[in-house]
Amino acid sequence: MTLVILALVIWVAAWALNAWLSNGPLSNSRIAGIAVPLIFGATVLIVWELVVRGMNVAAVILPPPSVIAGTFAQNLPTLWADAVQTIGKGAVSGYIIGCGSAFIVAIIVDRYDFLRRGLLPVGNFMAALPIVGIAPILVMWFGFDWQSKSAVVVVMVFFPMLVNTVAGLRDTSAMQRDLMHTYAAGYFQTLIKLRLPAAMPFVFNGLKIATTLALIGAIVAEFFGSPVLGMGFRISTSVGQLALDMVWAEIVVAALAGSAFYGLIALIERGVTFWHPSQRK
Amino acid sequence: MNKLGPVITVILAIVAFWYVAAVPMNVQETLTAAERAGVAVTPDNARARSEAGRWSLVFQNLDALGGSWSVDRARLPSPHQVLTEIYNSTWDEEVNGRRGIVNSGSFSNRSLVYHSGVTLGATVLGFLIGAGFGILLAVGIVYSRTMDRSVMPWAIVSQTIPIVALAPMIIVVLYSIGIGGMMPKAVISAYLSFFPVVVGMVKGLRSPDHMQLDLLRTYNASKSQGFWKLRLPASMPYLFTSLKIGIAASLVGAIVGELPVQRGGLGARMLSGSYYGQTEQIWAALFVAAILAALMVAIIGWIEARTLKRMGMAV
Repeated sequence: MTLVILALVIWVAAWALNAWLSNGPLSNSRIAGIAVPLIFGATVLIVWELVVRGMNVAAVILPPPSVIAGTFAQNLPTLWADAVQTIGKGAVSGYIIGCGSAFIVAIIVDRYDFLRRGLLPVGNFMAALPIVGIAPILVMWFGFDWQSKSAVVVVMVFFPMLVNTVAGLRDTSAMQRDLMHTYAAGYFQTLIKLRLPAAMPFVFNGLKIATTLALIGAIVAEFFGSPVLGMGFRISTSVGQLALDMVWAEIVVAALAGSAFYGLIALIERGVTFWHPSQRK
Repeated sequence: MNKLGPVITVILAIVAFWYVAAVPMNVQETLTAAERAGVAVTPDNARARSEAGRWSLVFQNLDALGGSWSVDRARLPSPHQVLTEIYNSTWDEEVNGRRGIVNSGSFSNRSLVYHSGVTLGATVLGFLIGAGFGILLAVGIVYSRTMDRSVMPWAIVSQTIPIVALAPMIIVVLYSIGIGGMMPKAVISAYLSFFPVVVGMVKGLRSPDHMQLDLLRTYNASKSQGFWKLRLPASMPYLFTSLKIGIAASLVGAIVGELPVQRGGLGARMLSGSYYGQTEQIWAALFVAAILAALMVAIIGWIEARTLKRMGMAV
């Protein structure tokens, strides 16, 4: 009981500290901007630990963070092998194939107005569908190994990427196109020098949405069948064994990988679209 | 008509491609069936056929491919087989089946109507919970600087994390502490629809510009007046956009949530279809899920159009 009260006290104290940091004299400093979310995250972890220990919550319902960290540290080779299988082989290959082909299709679609008017509504519709459902079919076609996961990821990332790229390719003003026209630029010159660069913010928006989808696709596809490794496999078998600390460790890996993947794309975006207002300092 | 023409052409092209693709995809099963029916098939034993390439089999046996589009348990069932399966497992099962609604008074547990109902219930419940909490948190974030600074970065980071991975665990844990039925799936749906709504709603509530906020200040408007008369109305277009994303995510959550616990629903239907090689059943469930998603997004779109029109914001 004392631990629970302690948790409550820490929560109130941390909240008061955050309130002071964000409303007090330091409110506009850089330090406060970084410290406040970190303090909040740490508080959540501490309160979680104390409440789980204080109320004797069974480890099969919610393991405390310290146990999860221990499991994470002890099983690094397993977790690494799972991540290589699911993310390295399944998600990344599917992401590259899916986004690449969507990009090329988008350029073709943009060239022909008929295709644009026909494919775009279909693409928009597909982007809203629960495409994860195609996983059992693709697992049946491509086998249990990473190829089927890659195929699921291709289908999942294709439509959001297509819709975003097509929208981006149309994002040039009449003035800009007229200028290219007065320079006597042909279709390809206009495409490479004006429209593709102008489309980049949209393309990267699509790429960023696709990072999360790629990981979701690769993990969920493993629920329908996988070799004896992989993050989705580990999650579903560990849930069966009630080894929830292992499940949480996999979720930590997924979270780290997801953020790193997203961060990498955001970093490339900053380099490519340095001219865009949202990137200027 | 100008709009519909290209869309119909594209859809017809997809269907045609599907029929063509069904031929090489199903060639093994088709030839086995043809052989049993007494038709001469070129490599005449199954072993040689399973080693041959799909396309070479197609071109060696052009006469024996008649059954490509009606194979049982095909690798790729043709569109009309899927439609027949949907018809059989909805209308036919309910009207003529022994356990259908006509003969037994309740939906048959073998029909897609029943399974869609299970999924739809969890989706809608989860969506309402997720969207409700999302809007509340967004209001909190906009009005409390502390909350904004502590919670908002995490809300954004959480969008980059494959949250669905949590689904099997949430289901099992909630079952083990005695919460069964629709609730565990609804929790996953709520979780998935929560963050898009928070992010969209925060953007929306912050969309009024300085001029508008200054105008309210010159009118001496209170904080609550500012909320009800300016911020909330201004946030509506953003809210509806994120609600559409949210409901699609909710449906994904409910379907994934049905995978670990086989108690009905479209996800359970897909998984059992994949266990027993009933490809038509998977495709039918997939189509019905697509129709559900489209319907729900369309309903929100309709409410959006009505609301924005009454508010004078329609484009």
